[in-house]
Amino acid sequence: MMTSTDFSAFFGRKRGRNGFDWTDALAYTYLVIGILIVLLPVVWMAVSSVKSQAALGENDPRILPYDQALVTPPNGGRPLGVFTLTRENGTVEEVALVAPRGANALVYALSKPNETFEVPRKSLTRKDVLQPHFENYTDPTIGQASTFKFLRYFWNSTFVTVVATLLTLLTNAMAAFALSKYKFRGRDAIVLIIVATLLIPPTVILVPLFITVQSFGLFNSLWGVIIPAVATPTGVFLLRQYMLTIPDELLEAARMDGASEWKIFWRIMLPLALPALAVLAILSVIWRWNDFMWPLIVLTQSEVFTLQLGLSTFKGELNDNMHYLLAMTVLTLLPVTLVFVFLQKHITTGIANTGLK
Amino acid sequence: MATLSLKAVTKAFGPTKVIHGIDLDIAHGEFIVFVGPSGCGKSTLLRMIAGLEDVSTGDVEIDGAVVNAIPAAERGLAMVFQSYALYPHMSVKQNLSFGLENLGTPKAEIARRVDEAARMLRIEPLLARKPGQLSGGQRQRVAIGRAVVREPKIFLFDEPLSNLDAELRVQMRIEIGNLHQRLGNTMIYVTHDQVEAMTMADRIAVLRDGRLEQFGKPLDLYNRPANLFVAGFIGSPRMNFLSGKIAGVGANSVDVALDGGGTVSIPCAPEGAQPGEAVKFGIRPEHIGLTVNGAGDAALAVTLTEQLGGESYLHGALPSGETLSMRLAGQTRVARGDSIGLTLGEPGFRHLFHTDSGLAFAPLA
Amino acid sequence: MANMPQTKETGSPFRLLGLAWALLGDVLDPVFRAIQKHIGAHRMAYVFLLPNLLVFGLFSFWPMVLNFYIAFTGGTSTLLAERPFVGLENFRELLACPDYFDPKTCPVAGYSFWTSLWNTLFFALLQVPIMIVVALATALVLNRDIRARGFWRAIFFYPVMLSPVVIAVIWDWILKRRGILNALLSDAVDGWNAFVKTPVFTLAFAFVIGVVVASLLRAVLPKGWRARMRSPLHIGVLMALAAFGMTMFGSPPQFPALVLADFRPINWLVDGRSGWPMFWAIFVYTWGHLGFYMLILLAGLQAIPRDLYEAAEMDGTPKWRQLWRITLPLLTPTMIVVVVLSLIRAFQVFDEIYVLTGGGPGQATKMIVQHIYETAFTGDAKRYGVAAASSVLVAGILMLLTMLQLVSTKKKAGG
Repeated sequence: MMTSTDFSAFFGRKRGRNGFDWTDALAYTYLVIGILIVLLPVVWMAVSSVKSQAALGENDPRILPYDQALVTPPNGGRPLGVFTLTRENGTVEEVALVAPRGANALVYALSKPNETFEVPRKSLTRKDVLQPHFENYTDPTIGQASTFKFLRYFWNSTFVTVVATLLTLLTNAMAAFALSKYKFRGRDAIVLIIVATLLIPPTVILVPLFITVQSFGLFNSLWGVIIPAVATPTGVFLLRQYMLTIPDELLEAARMDGASEWKIFWRIMLPLALPALAVLAILSVIWRWNDFMWPLIVLTQSEVFTLQLGLSTFKGELNDNMHYLLAMTVLTLLPVTLVFVFLQKHITTGIANTGLK
Repeated sequence: MATLSLKAVTKAFGPTKVIHGIDLDIAHGEFIVFVGPSGCGKSTLLRMIAGLEDVSTGDVEIDGAVVNAIPAAERGLAMVFQSYALYPHMSVKQNLSFGLENLGTPKAEIARRVDEAARMLRIEPLLARKPGQLSGGQRQRVAIGRAVVREPKIFLFDEPLSNLDAELRVQMRIEIGNLHQRLGNTMIYVTHDQVEAMTMADRIAVLRDGRLEQFGKPLDLYNRPANLFVAGFIGSPRMNFLSGKIAGVGANSVDVALDGGGTVSIPCAPEGAQPGEAVKFGIRPEHIGLTVNGAGDAALAVTLTEQLGGESYLHGALPSGETLSMRLAGQTRVARGDSIGLTLGEPGFRHLFHTDSGLAFAPLA
Repeated sequence: MANMPQTKETGSPFRLLGLAWALLGDVLDPVFRAIQKHIGAHRMAYVFLLPNLLVFGLFSFWPMVLNFYIAFTGGTSTLLAERPFVGLENFRELLACPDYFDPKTCPVAGYSFWTSLWNTLFFALLQVPIMIVVALATALVLNRDIRARGFWRAIFFYPVMLSPVVIAVIWDWILKRRGILNALLSDAVDGWNAFVKTPVFTLAFAFVIGVVVASLLRAVLPKGWRARMRSPLHIGVLMALAAFGMTMFGSPPQFPALVLADFRPINWLVDGRSGWPMFWAIFVYTWGHLGFYMLILLAGLQAIPRDLYEAAEMDGTPKWRQLWRITLPLLTPTMIVVVVLSLIRAFQVFDEIYVLTGGGPGQATKMIVQHIYETAFTGDAKRYGVAAASSVLVAGILMLLTMLQLVSTKKKAGG
């Protein structure tokens, strides 16, 4: 029985001299179950993305991509499904199903393709083979099999992500530099406004922002997604906090060395603020790549769709293209997953330190 | 040639005034030390000369030209910062050449100057390293090197040795002195350490609360301090001050009756001396003598003896309760609890100050 | 942030990058140098601020002001000049309800507004506590001396990196009527029913019953009796042996009550009469955001100095007391941030649920942001005014939540 004391010991900060005890076992059990809940859906989906359309349609709960084995009949024609025939005497044989005949089925043994015979259908079990379908990936990308214009969406998403991130870094770093290293009238007011905007959620300015963006002629333009995202108060705030910790004496030394203010910014401040810039760059890439609501409002023509828009539209279409949908979902989550795998430590420590997402 | 003049320079941060009008003339090739307790405005003054702080009123002149409006980089000065302020992301070599590149100096000239400075400061093996890979002393050298390559009219040092340990500090003091000998430039050096000031300076400017207390050669400050503050600040251990009243005024001297008992005669110009006026009598620990028989100018109850081997310090109290310290050459047998007799110095080593204004009675010429 | 990648002195790629960097700056330098010469070094601050302030002003600050104006105008035009001023009409349409708890009594716009508002409140008030409890539990477990903490932390954090659309597609695929959850549950029920009939189950069941009953008895019985009793494990083994005997020599015991009814696939996201759509909305959103709050709480936990626990250990403080008197009180500031942040975010939920359920079935999972979005941007009549008026009301609610945070932080700081 788990008394409250034991319960707390489980969550408590372990521990002294003794080695592995039962609270450790419980902790690891918790973690393993948690990770199953977190990872299993993604992994399952990723593996299923190479299943055949048929396998996905009939909802095969096996995790690996199985298809029924097929064989071409001796006289040519449509491929036939392969079954395992279990005779009453226990012998087993592989047969091809030619046609159903009521409760029976007309089959021929693969070893003797020219002798057809009838067996009860109950004695047949489907023979499956492992068969990944990579055309789920190639059809919508390099093929023309789908309405999902992957390459176009991918390019749009990449363009938005890269350009918005570069502009965000540049303008935010410049502003943060001014707000952290200069004394001028109105500075504190500007800082206050920026912090206050951190608290104003973007969802409450959807309509006026849309009208503003449209009046600039940016409706159905990727710039309509990029530009409003550039002046993120989060970025200015994050960079300013970091720049405040860089000693003024360094800038003064550069000033004595005859560097212009721009050069001080570019050659001294930016290299020194690299850790904070890296955090903001990673955050910005994730934000822009995953953006959905704002692109949904600004971009209505499929030519300018981002991957997220394309994916959600494709999901909403009433067709049986689950195999393409899953494959494209994997391609969409792949970039951020790769970024995460390689920069995992920096991302988690960066976010933990700044408290921003 | 580089001369520097400050003309009634003041500085205010908002309503708070931190520099109250300072006049100073520095000749070419002088090594000047600004010294004073923390918060006296010495660093602010240096930064105003550098161009890192604006001058509120008054003028800063370099070679006779007012430079108030000229940006720091164009004043032809170089500065060594307290934290060294080496660019952490650049190698030592890049640190040295960054300033010259900004000025558009030709590449060959940059290389020549960097090599020369590196040789002079013995940092050649470090040129490829980053500041983070250097020891404190090495960083100090690089910071000086960065100033040297600029071949500035005037070197500015802002407490450059305060982050070093005692041994290294003595060594760097000598090296900076040698550097000055070799280059012959004007140098201005800010410190709170009067030993650095005494050992390095041609002339010392003592500052307190944004005012210039005294400006002169080190030994002049030691021998003829202008006021109580300078007298107490210069010299270690610090000068003893004993309260007393003027008992008599002679032609070239003043007699003071000490509150702790006894009367001393101080040779000085007695202008303004009023019998009965409260005064401070000053005597340095090294000028106090021990009498053989226990008699003398004053009697001291010893509370602490510090034996350093080559010299000894005695601390004790006079009958008035005032404390007094004295230095003895060599070792001593005097111990805590002993009562001893003192002679309060040769007349030439005695100092007298007005209690009210703190100003010194002018010494005889 | 301390262990971010640093440029290395050696290594040519970094060197080249550095050179390119310097070059790019130097190319722009003459322009800025000329400006600086013209306006002076101090005013360069304004030059650095300009681009950001321009974008910020046009696309953040100005829309905030504009929102209020639009809220008082009608029509479907996006040209401000063509929008007639209608006063409080938009607000009246939203607020003129005889009974706010029964949105059906409201006008059309009010119906959508109040339905989605109640949905959002329900969602937020359920989702936030659940998520915080799980996030805290996970953070506490990860704060133990766990092997490979970084690995576990990363895995739990991973869903935060996924886009809402991807999350919605994955879970929609899992939760389809012919989806893997139904398949798994069906298999599980079948498997269980088969297992119940096996002797292994009989033995195991007998063992568990024995242990549980014996443990309960021990807890209830007076001390004297307890001492004479055998240990629960012992009794469990005896029970299992008895069951084994019955299976071998008589009829095996059967437990028909434990046989489950056959599983009929559930339409998780479509069945409007069940509470499942809202359940999965909460589950999926929590699944996607838990890692973030876990990370913040873990950072808070790790900021608690270790020596406090060592001191408590020296004082002989029991573990539960350490948890309640050291860990949780010192975590309070982090906790306040987490609560407010998650509440404000939950209130603005849109992406995941919109793609997952489209707000359905019916309006069962329609949230307030979806109401604003649909009112303004979908359908034939683009009712910007009503949407803006809704935004104003939502902003008011969010402001209230933020105030709540400020007040509660102040109180904590004061006390």
